[in-house]
Amino acid sequence: MPLDIYDFSSFTQWVHQSLDAVMSPFWVITTEMVLVGLAFLTFYAIVGLMLVLAERRICAFMQCRLGPNRVGPWGFFQTIADLIKLLFKELIYIKKADKLLFNIAPFIVIIASFLALAAIPFALGLHAVDLNIGIFYIVAVSSLGVIGILLAGWSSNSKYSLIGAMRSGAQIVSYELSVGLSLITIIVLAGTMQISEIVELQRDGWFIFTGHISAIIAFIIFLIASTAEINRGPFDLAEAESELTAGFHTEYSGIKFAFFFLAEYMNMFIVASLGATVFLGGWMPFHVYGWDGFNAIMDFLPPFFWYIGKTAFIIFIIMWFKWTFPRLRIDQLLTLEWKYLLPINLFNVVLMATLVLLGLHF
Amino acid sequence: MDGNMLVTMFLVAFVLVGGALVFSHFIAPKSVNYQKFEPYECGIPTKGVSWLQFNVGYYLFAILFLVFDVETVFIYPWAVVMKEVGLVGYIEILIFFVILVLGLLYAWKKKALTWA
Repeated sequence: MPLDIYDFSSFTQWVHQSLDAVMSPFWVITTEMVLVGLAFLTFYAIVGLMLVLAERRICAFMQCRLGPNRVGPWGFFQTIADLIKLLFKELIYIKKADKLLFNIAPFIVIIASFLALAAIPFALGLHAVDLNIGIFYIVAVSSLGVIGILLAGWSSNSKYSLIGAMRSGAQIVSYELSVGLSLITIIVLAGTMQISEIVELQRDGWFIFTGHISAIIAFIIFLIASTAEINRGPFDLAEAESELTAGFHTEYSGIKFAFFFLAEYMNMFIVASLGATVFLGGWMPFHVYGWDGFNAIMDFLPPFFWYIGKTAFIIFIIMWFKWTFPRLRIDQLLTLEWKYLLPINLFNVVLMATLVLLGLHF
Repeated sequence: MDGNMLVTMFLVAFVLVGGALVFSHFIAPKSVNYQKFEPYECGIPTKGVSWLQFNVGYYLFAILFLVFDVETVFIYPWAVVMKEVGLVGYIEILIFFVILVLGLLYAWKKKALTWA
């Protein structure tokens, strides 16, 4: 197995054993928790900053502009400069706002995105948790974010925020169904919800290729529904700038606004990772069943780069959506979900079950 | 081990947001201006209360969502054991899907999916 040289679990085991040799079990666990926490914090910050920059550069590219290019080479430090600026801005408390809920809301959206990120496998053996209900866990946890959005809208004591939060609630819960059902399509094919096993099953070809037409339909529905679930254009009705100023976070200022912004980008990263893992094989290199020489060549690129490449591809598509399509109206949005995506999705699950039962998948 | 890591994630997120809020609280400037603490409404003073009841045109979708989300939860276990239960499970889930689609068609026919 040429991939085994990139197995990250040998490194984590080495760390565990080295710690075990010098400390008591309690301190081993504590040290590991601190290490993992710091690693995730760094990763989270880097990804968030890079995504904001990438969005601005891609938007500029699509509109024939230059985008940020002054601070650092190619504008790399623009987001860091923005972050520092936001830290120095006043935190405004709106008169008569519900202060407790107003402060809790950014915590909830960030915690939801961190918890979802924990279950994503970044490379062979590189994941914080590997639950046997992995996909179900991610779907469940990522839908917690909507509570933060509703709290933010309600507690602001502003009409724009309230309308934005209500829209966002209706939109997120509607599209959650489609995300869930398109993932169920792949669970039917895989027969497991554990994410490491799902990636392992794609050793002979990614599910989008081995899953027949059904997997392709599921992937397209997943892309549309997850774009809507993370409130991004063309489905960004929750913060329609031209009509609701900023939707649910109109009244937030300074660093609290930055957290909503960051959580939005991290949610985009999480759904892109999930799509890459479930449909495009995660960290698994591009393999074709039977072509052993070709597969061996593909294995030379480390799994982490495959994972990041596929995730970046899906993120680029989601950004492309935003800068290409005009925004939908709320009734069009709900019609799209309930009259098109949901019936197609229900049919698609049955189709996939039929294909698997007849052994027609590759 | 898994539980520890989830607790870690929770704590890291909590510390990140809490730390940034406290840090910002100390370094950010504060100035008192009566107008600044008004809710934003295009620059004009707010009229009436903001926590008011308004006709949420999509409350029916929320009710439908409850029904469908619970049924999705029932489909997950079947999806995992799909290959073991085989044809019997397939026919049973087909009956379940027919009931589900009938419910959707009923809501459609009753114009619950149309903007009121």
